[in-house]
Amino acid sequence: MTDTPFILDRGESLWRQRISQFFAKPSAYVSFGLLVLLLLIAIFAPMVAPQNPYDLAQLDIMDGRLPPGSKSMDGKIFWLGTDEQGRDMLSAILYGLRISLFVGVASTFFACIIGASIGVFAAYKGGKVESFVMRLVDLQLSFPAILIALVLLAAFGRGVDKVIVALIIVQWAYYARTVRGNALVERNRDYIEAARCLALPRSRILFSHLLPNCLPPLIVVATVQVAHAIALEATLSFLGVGVPVTEPSLGMLIKNGYDYLMSGKYWISTWPGLALVLAIVVINLVGDRLRDVLNPRLAQ
Amino acid sequence: MLAYLIRRVGQALLVIAAMATIVFVSIYAVGNPVDILANPNADAKEMAEISARLGLDKPLWEQFGLFVWNALHGDLGRSFVFNEPALKLIIQRMPATLELAFVALIMSIFIGIPLGVWAGLKPDAWSSRTIMSGSILGFSLPNFWIGLMLILLFAVQLKWLPSGGRGPTTSLFGIQVSFLTWEGLRYLLLPAFTLALYKAALVVRLSRSGTREAVLQDYVRFARAKGLSPTRIVLVHVLKNIMIPIVTILGLELGSMIAFAVVTETVFAYPGMGKLLIDSIGRLDRPVIVAYLMMVVVIFVVINLIVDLLYAALDPRVRLQESEG
Repeated sequence: MTDTPFILDRGESLWRQRISQFFAKPSAYVSFGLLVLLLLIAIFAPMVAPQNPYDLAQLDIMDGRLPPGSKSMDGKIFWLGTDEQGRDMLSAILYGLRISLFVGVASTFFACIIGASIGVFAAYKGGKVESFVMRLVDLQLSFPAILIALVLLAAFGRGVDKVIVALIIVQWAYYARTVRGNALVERNRDYIEAARCLALPRSRILFSHLLPNCLPPLIVVATVQVAHAIALEATLSFLGVGVPVTEPSLGMLIKNGYDYLMSGKYWISTWPGLALVLAIVVINLVGDRLRDVLNPRLAQ
Repeated sequence: MLAYLIRRVGQALLVIAAMATIVFVSIYAVGNPVDILANPNADAKEMAEISARLGLDKPLWEQFGLFVWNALHGDLGRSFVFNEPALKLIIQRMPATLELAFVALIMSIFIGIPLGVWAGLKPDAWSSRTIMSGSILGFSLPNFWIGLMLILLFAVQLKWLPSGGRGPTTSLFGIQVSFLTWEGLRYLLLPAFTLALYKAALVVRLSRSGTREAVLQDYVRFARAKGLSPTRIVLVHVLKNIMIPIVTILGLELGSMIAFAVVTETVFAYPGMGKLLIDSIGRLDRPVIVAYLMMVVVIFVVINLIVDLLYAALDPRVRLQESEG
């Protein structure tokens, strides 16, 4: 108990304390730094990438399928090689990372909001509403996510927006379950009782009293789910039901390289794969650290 | 118990009916199969004929009614592409997928339990830390990418194993299987290992936590006091006790393995049900998609039902809670 001070003087807020706790382990700097780096690369991909891989004017079919480190017809160096259309793989990966991260973050964000709202509402309402919602959650979680996403995308067709919608539908149940579990504990606390006695409107009790207190576990689940969403999107795109060819994510790039793998042209799908793995591992490491900090039971 | 049984079976049937509706209506929205099936030069009249022959010109509710009526008679429609019963196509491919899933299940046990027990016996050793980090990777890395890397290593670089497809099969009780010959098994190794990795990561975690709990129990202390060798304690006493939860969970996970085989089969061009599903989605072969999904839904519902009933039979509290709620 001595190393976890609960003294809140000197104006130190709980969140600030948690942040310094997060960085107490040196490895947290590495994983957090890498995550920020990946995010920056993804956001500024058009500025960082050597070429715009989807501007056909910049591509030369003569540069097709060059191994890493080769020179192009006009003297540029392709550090990670090129694909069958003479596209610089490094640039394609940077743009692909952008789409993969966008899909992962956007779908998780909306799934989290929708799922958490439903979960907290169910827990607060109780009774029939609650048991109906939770049955629905149980039912959905008893089927593997990949299968539900496959059916949805088979019905929707391809597209970045459609993948995001499918991933939201697949993921909301996790948040609903997590939040409900927490809200069940929190709703019997005194501060909720107090808010009720003040005759505050129900929406206010739900969203400004109950929900904020259910946040910590939600943040942990959401971080790990971003990694899951990215992996799931990559898998769906690899299967050919995810993003369209015009907006290739990392999974799509891997699929494009799959046909050349057998002939030893490994770079077309290996480098996007490594970028994907790096993103997933880094997000998981940050998520793990967050879990250590935000879960009081583990903080010993 | 009988009331519980009836209610639980009723619920299961309700889930199947609900899923049938959802699946049929959503697949109905998938493109227009006639565009893919018809000759590119076909005129509007021919297109209408094909549409009428396949029953696609009828309104949705009529198609659905027909589907339900036929499904109740064991007919899930004919494939647009192969012009054969969809169910037959799937059942033809089923042994390949089941074989893959079972081999993967066995592999995940043989990889996961020794590693997990080791990590549980020596929780602080660096080898245990490596195993646990490895299991996190097994959980979080996209499975299809691991498959690709295995192909690159073992098929393209080392040329030890074939990169995909299914090997020669032999007949076992009338079912075509390939694990009986070495040549057939070679084709099975990479896809089964890929499919096994995710579950192996799960088994490692389960057996590690099981072992950590078990070694603190009195029966282990007693066995040690009796002078039994550490090997015997682990292999006989600890292992027996940690097997129960592992077997329960793996039984539950068999369904998800069959579903996840979709990805593995696509990576390794393995001719199973999952590959059929992906090909059918590409060809807009609606009856096959619907039939596959109904098949998987039924497998899942049946597995869940069996587990629930077993729990209820073993633990009367489950029954009582249900009747209150």
